[in-house]
Amino acid sequence: MEPVTAPSGAGAELRARRRISWGELGPRLVPALAVLTAVLFGGLFMVFSGTDWAAARAALAADGAGGFLRELGPGIGKAGVAYEAMVEGATGLGYIDPTSVRSQTTMVVLLRLGERAIVFLPDNLVATLVRSTPFLLAGLAVAVGFKAGLFNIGAEGQLYAGALLAVWIGFVPALANLPALLHIPLAVASGILGGAIWGGIAGFLKARTGAHEVINTIMMNHIAIRLADWLIKSREPLILLDTTASVPRTPFIAATAEYPRLGDTPLHFGILISLGAVALVWWFLYRTTLGFELRTVGANPNAAKYAGMSVTRNLVLAMAVSGGLAGLAGSGEVLGVQHNLPPGFFAGVGFDSIAIALLAKTNPIAMIPAAFLWGGLLNGAGLMQIRADISIDLVKIIQALIVMFVAADQIVRVIWRIRARRQEEEVVFSRGWGR
Amino acid sequence: MSARRFRLTRMHIFSLFFLVAGLWIALRAPGSFAADAISKMSVGLGPEAPLWEAPTRAVLLVVAGLYMAGGALGLINRWPRLSFAVLLLNGVLIFPAILIAAAVGKQTNMLTMLAESLRLATPIVIGATAGIWSERSGVVNIAIEGMMLTGACFGFIAFFFLEPLMPGATNTALLLAVLVAVFSGALMSLLHAWLSITFKTDQIVSGTVINILAIGLTSFARREFLLSTRAGRVTLPSIEIPGLSQIPIVGDVLFNNKPIFYMMFVMLIVTHVVLFYTSLGLRMRSVGEHPEAADTVGINVFFTRYRSVIISGMIAGLGGAWFSLETVGGFDDLMTGGRGFIALAAMIFGKWTPFGAFGGGLLFGFADALGTRFQILNVAVPPQWLQMLPFLTTMVVLAGLIGRAIPPAADGQPYEKQ
Repeated sequence: MEPVTAPSGAGAELRARRRISWGELGPRLVPALAVLTAVLFGGLFMVFSGTDWAAARAALAADGAGGFLRELGPGIGKAGVAYEAMVEGATGLGYIDPTSVRSQTTMVVLLRLGERAIVFLPDNLVATLVRSTPFLLAGLAVAVGFKAGLFNIGAEGQLYAGALLAVWIGFVPALANLPALLHIPLAVASGILGGAIWGGIAGFLKARTGAHEVINTIMMNHIAIRLADWLIKSREPLILLDTTASVPRTPFIAATAEYPRLGDTPLHFGILISLGAVALVWWFLYRTTLGFELRTVGANPNAAKYAGMSVTRNLVLAMAVSGGLAGLAGSGEVLGVQHNLPPGFFAGVGFDSIAIALLAKTNPIAMIPAAFLWGGLLNGAGLMQIRADISIDLVKIIQALIVMFVAADQIVRVIWRIRARRQEEEVVFSRGWGR
Repeated sequence: MSARRFRLTRMHIFSLFFLVAGLWIALRAPGSFAADAISKMSVGLGPEAPLWEAPTRAVLLVVAGLYMAGGALGLINRWPRLSFAVLLLNGVLIFPAILIAAAVGKQTNMLTMLAESLRLATPIVIGATAGIWSERSGVVNIAIEGMMLTGACFGFIAFFFLEPLMPGATNTALLLAVLVAVFSGALMSLLHAWLSITFKTDQIVSGTVINILAIGLTSFARREFLLSTRAGRVTLPSIEIPGLSQIPIVGDVLFNNKPIFYMMFVMLIVTHVVLFYTSLGLRMRSVGEHPEAADTVGINVFFTRYRSVIISGMIAGLGGAWFSLETVGGFDDLMTGGRGFIALAAMIFGKWTPFGAFGGGLLFGFADALGTRFQILNVAVPPQWLQMLPFLTTMVVLAGLIGRAIPPAADGQPYEKQ
């Protein structure tokens, strides 16, 4: 399809020229610009929270606009400190005084600039990678749903379903003597199965009764949260609770069920699994008949039905695959990081995974940077709170803005003067109440 | 498709469920409850209130009989209307049956139960009304949760700052705070309208954006403004409607209550009248069913949709005020706890009509109230199970106990002017 033709007239021509100044690169940059726009808007919130408004009003009355702007200075400075801290916490790249770092922390000084230096703290990057892993898988899960025209808001419930089964397989005494080569795959498989069943129910209900998956997956989230809470806290009957622990949680899983570590770092085998899952999902969606059918059902269910594809089967399959990936994410956290399961462990991951899937425009490969960004934002938020005294909740606002600007990319295109999108760039996410 | 081929329909599944449930109750009841066991159900307040001494076993056996009859009728499916009516009755009977079984040997107050159900149904019904306004004009609104949360938060923040400014006029401050809640809901819905009508963003994605944004904004605002919580939680006062509140039994429950509770009924009636008896409602519905046709006859589709979505947000904001200003007297993170989504389910349950949605809301309110009642009656059921009840109910309802609900035809489709 042709790019949108420029309207005639001198003014319009000028405007059109400004629009296409980004060239072919523009549309590809839209997600990145959406993130940038969201970060700038987030900065406004920081300035708002860092400014002494009573003093600003007084300055406005005394010295006019100049005084007012001067009073905004601390707020702007605070935003700068906050984002600097966030980058440092997320990637390990910091501009700090090297002597302030504790001696046991690994640090590479890249460039010395007087008192301060640009340094690299590998631990932060590693922490971000570990943090991103579940988001990568959960984002993939939501994306697979989108490909079939299903909006899976239920990643959180599916994470719990997977994690509960995986942790049970992990600690149940009958399996404690299993070799790791069997124990880990068994735990992973049960995690996938748990998520797949939890997701598959919503797919089945959608296919058979037309009950909308958005409502059903949300309901199943709430059910899973309560179910996990009961299974983990219940003493009478005792199900998953570790009675020796001071806080409610399940017992630790056996060492044979833990994901092996990569070297002497918190990086675990689950990261490789999730990268493998990206490749596998890409292959499944674009190189197999099943994946083709699934995407066809998502793009146009009537055409798919007409071509002899079973819409019912594909909807159930899509939700099961989607749930399975979320279950894999949940079990990965249990087997690789936490090694037990406290109640409320996955709070909020479901919404995050939707945002990541949207950010990556449901493209499996693009999910990798999207998940890294998410893990980085969350991981950097802690340091941001310490350095700039800004609530971690600000990250949630930035995240929501990112999704908003990615979903309504016309706003970004207007702000950054990128030409209107072509028809083929459109990604269909869902269709109303889905008939 | 040949008519003879047996197809497993929803009817069969539900019939089978009730048949099995009926058999199970019939087999279990004689063993679990003694023949002379009694559940005391009082109707009304005070010691002289009428009391129904229900023989537990007999009542449950009657219920079991009805269940089996309904199940059998549904499976035979010779008289569809009759079996549907019996199955519907069975569905309604689930809750009283559970209550009577739980109250064996004890006394419980059915009137309190009704009052609690109505009270807990309030945010759900108001949220469902909000959903109807938006969806009847063709804009899916899954952001009711977010709009309610925003209303709850900013309404309370407004009260928090207004109260010290207006000594001695707490009620006026509360009223102004409710208006702020309504306004903040409207602002969120304006964003939803802007994204989904002007920018034609996928409406469910746009709703999700609002929901995430609301979580972030409200928890950020809470830490920013509300960390110094003052002692003493003030809520909207009860208003006694003279005359009507003297009606025996139900008068006190219905007519001596809080303002947003009354607003629920006002909203229901107003929505019903506007939707079905005014030209405004007709235009709104035509835009929701067939925007092209509406445009052809000169209705401004964008304007109509914007107006409906903003009204929807205002109602949702009012629903949010129920949480912070009428019930709790404070704001906690995520205090709406999924009620906005249950409201959507109630709306679908009611097939996008106000009074249908009221029925749905009441059902969820009852399921909610049953949870508290169980704890008072000391029934040995884990509280988490009871908390699951409204969500399970939603799923069962959506799976089509009442048949397939048909949304407005253009619901969810952005309108491109030709």
